[in-house]
Amino acid sequence: MKVTMRVNGVERSGDVEPRVLLVDFLRTNLRQTGTHIGCDTTSCGACTVLLDGEPVKSCTVLAVQVEGQSITTVEGLAQGATLSPMQDGFHQEHGLQCGFCTPGMMLVGTALLKRNPNPSDEEIRWAISGNICRCTGYMNIVKAIQHAANAQAKVPAGAGAVGGE
Amino acid sequence: MATGTHIHGRIGQSIKRHEDARFLRGKGSYLDDFVLPDMLHMAILRSPHAHARLKSIDTAAASAMPGVIAVVTGELMAQHKLAWMPTLSGDTQAVLATDKVRFQGQEVAAVVAETKYQAEDARDAIQVDYEILSAVTSPDGAKAAGAPLIRDDKEGQKDNHIYRWESGNEATTKAAFASAHKVVRLQTFYPRCHPAPLETCGCIADVNGATGKATIYMTSQAPHAIRTVFALVTGLPEQNIRVISPDIGGGFGNKVPVYPGYVVATAASLLIGRPVKWVEDRTENLISTGFARDYHMTGDLAVDKDGKMTALRVHLDSDNGAFFSDAQPSKFKAGLFHIVTGSYDIPTAHVTADGYYTNKAPGGVAYRCSFRVTEASYLIERLVTNAALELGIDQAEFRKRNFIKPEQFPYTSATGWVYDSGDYPKAMDVALEMLGYDDMVKDVAARRKKGEVTGIGIASFTEVVGAGHGAEFDILGLRMFDSAELRVHPTGKALLRMGVKSQGQGHETTFAQIVTEELGIPANDIAVEEGDTDTAPYGLGTYASRSTPVAGAATALVSRKLRDKARKIAAHLLEAAEEDLEWEVGRFYVKGSPDRSKTIQDIAFAAYTNLPEGMEAGLEGVHYYDPPNMTYPFGTYAVVVDIDKGTGQVKVRRMVAVDDCGVRINPMIVEGQIHGGLTEGFGIAFMELITFDADGNCIGSNFMDYLIPTAWETPKFEIGQTVTPSPHHPLGAKGVGESATVGSPAAFVNAVIDALSPYGITNIDMPIGPDKVWAALRSKGVTE
Repeated sequence: MKVTMRVNGVERSGDVEPRVLLVDFLRTNLRQTGTHIGCDTTSCGACTVLLDGEPVKSCTVLAVQVEGQSITTVEGLAQGATLSPMQDGFHQEHGLQCGFCTPGMMLVGTALLKRNPNPSDEEIRWAISGNICRCTGYMNIVKAIQHAANAQAKVPAGAGAVGGE
Repeated sequence: MATGTHIHGRIGQSIKRHEDARFLRGKGSYLDDFVLPDMLHMAILRSPHAHARLKSIDTAAASAMPGVIAVVTGELMAQHKLAWMPTLSGDTQAVLATDKVRFQGQEVAAVVAETKYQAEDARDAIQVDYEILSAVTSPDGAKAAGAPLIRDDKEGQKDNHIYRWESGNEATTKAAFASAHKVVRLQTFYPRCHPAPLETCGCIADVNGATGKATIYMTSQAPHAIRTVFALVTGLPEQNIRVISPDIGGGFGNKVPVYPGYVVATAASLLIGRPVKWVEDRTENLISTGFARDYHMTGDLAVDKDGKMTALRVHLDSDNGAFFSDAQPSKFKAGLFHIVTGSYDIPTAHVTADGYYTNKAPGGVAYRCSFRVTEASYLIERLVTNAALELGIDQAEFRKRNFIKPEQFPYTSATGWVYDSGDYPKAMDVALEMLGYDDMVKDVAARRKKGEVTGIGIASFTEVVGAGHGAEFDILGLRMFDSAELRVHPTGKALLRMGVKSQGQGHETTFAQIVTEELGIPANDIAVEEGDTDTAPYGLGTYASRSTPVAGAATALVSRKLRDKARKIAAHLLEAAEEDLEWEVGRFYVKGSPDRSKTIQDIAFAAYTNLPEGMEAGLEGVHYYDPPNMTYPFGTYAVVVDIDKGTGQVKVRRMVAVDDCGVRINPMIVEGQIHGGLTEGFGIAFMELITFDADGNCIGSNFMDYLIPTAWETPKFEIGQTVTPSPHHPLGAKGVGESATVGSPAAFVNAVIDALSPYGITNIDMPIGPDKVWAALRSKGVTE
């Protein structure tokens, strides 16, 4: 089947079997390998991408379901050489170690701040509770998302916002 | 030019990590991200049964399916003498089954196809006829009369017993127990758990038919050792084997062993002449690769009338699964378990261990652990708290009374370990102060009066990390040294290559900082590379918290070698005698004339452009470091829990962790390691479990059954530190990556046991889920 979607703001098409998972389409067909596979059962969140701005686990979405919609992956966060506030927050607060869960965590954090620019630590923990990190113990991930929230609060609305659109 | 204390990245600075740049942008290079030209995909068919005889395998339908290039069976592997492979513990392990399957998930056949989907489709079309045999799922089952013989492939193997191992002194221990004032016993099971790194294991084997060169991209924590093992297993000449460990998405011990999939993919690439990728899925990872623990332990602690420990006796039964493939130093069948006297000055100890085959996955890796020190630390710390509760002595006071005293270091333990340095009372005092211990004890008493179930747990662990010395510690005879190769380029920038392999620990930053400290080259000017056996110097790899103790030391010493050469060059440039030069980090200057100086960058340039007559060009070197001893990090962890009597739910109210890992190179990274280790310790204490039903079906085979802490469950940790340098490490550093996973499970469980002690409950085996707590309380007649 032919499928067309916008990925990080660029229209991309492919010819796939109906059963092909979105994560496989992104990784194999589009060679966007920043989206990782950790469990295949929607448990770990390593494959999280934003579908029209909302986090989804791309191991549980078929590529063909995304026809005509927009996907943001980790590759769409930075604007050129400039890291998004979320990426910078993870860097500044040591919010990553092996880096495997990091794309999913940052995308969930990005979506959270869009909805709730000033979250509490508890709200952050709840938001990322569908994403497993084996390395950091989450404390610095919470700090990283707070760092990004603070950074975004300091710039005019709209500027510094991230996403693939 | 910035010099001295102003140089970016010296030891003690929490500089941001160099490796972040690619990971933050989704530009890491993990194994599954690689695509080679003409690459094929492999899927492995695994046994659904724990113990069964293979009657027949029909591959005809699978072979005819679209995209299928080959179906590999044990029979085919046997034709190439590759149906079995040696393990890291001197046993053998089936690569693809030929006679029987011995655990659920064992590798039976493999399909190689053009795409991953095609390979998996065809795998599901292979027909296998099994004759199901009864399964053994515990050491007790393994030794029962009439138990099925699991390893009937091994000549002379008459039962399921693998090894008997002992340490310490039986006679003096027996005598001490005979005159003990009190003996406290704890029987506890450290259940099977799994490192479950977020990235599973895999490889891409690329054997060039023309040159015979085998390039194997592999999720390996120990690429050099793996290369040598591959040479021995396959018979390929070692110079034709290149193992490349790319970015690794977490290891925690799971990526140390050689797995059958690696061997099959390599054989397939050799036979087919195209690259073959194999990446296991999560279930394959959990049911077939290196598990951890599975120790059934009984400990007896003898105490005199003054509350002094006089002897320790431990027996353990180890459940090793179907093949004895523990990844650990050859001389020690139960790893470093005999560190079990822990932080205490116990005059005599005797440890015995029996290993058993069962119909469970093999592996026995050290999940964030230095070769079974985790089980040892758990047992002694549980035993000490139980003894304190039974004796009616405060558990902090009981520990202090029995700690090895600071002036006793170096301290030789009852089982022969020589502890390098420690100040246990200090670490405990810092922890108790942070917790507000005295007030917390009163708080607990007050809450209990109101009917609340609450308690405090302490663990004062000692770890043993940084193997070698090479004469004592080896893997298949390979001495456990490690290496660093440093090249300072003409422009003063540097490339550091090492024999270890980061899996998230931040080597590219930490080890650059060591060079910065020793040579004054800013950390941002230093690239660190690991994992490619064709370019990095030989080393034994990263596990057992050995990178900083061993490769970190090698980095310091190779830097010093180059500094010695730099001094000669500086003397030449400054027209001064070498002995008239003073070193300040980043430059040499003439004594008494600090303005007459040459920076390390000046010297590096001169090393290629303006050398003293007769000197070899360049500023490059390599060092192989064989440590004189292990390092012994330690700490005190304190936990407060509240338990809901109605549901059995345990809530961690406070968790204080004070670690002493000697000198901290990058404190931010060290704290990150501790956060992660505490979380894995929390997971092991309360959530993570690989278990089996009576038929040997693995329960815990996916992330819906194998529960890993999320941000929601994980407590907030309060981190503290003391610094007691290692006397033998060039920088005074000790390993730290695993301390928190070693020390914390006992602290969590001790808090639960302390809370339940008023009801006469002395043990609940991990993971402590609400069901177990609820049942324990109900068994004592406690209701809401």
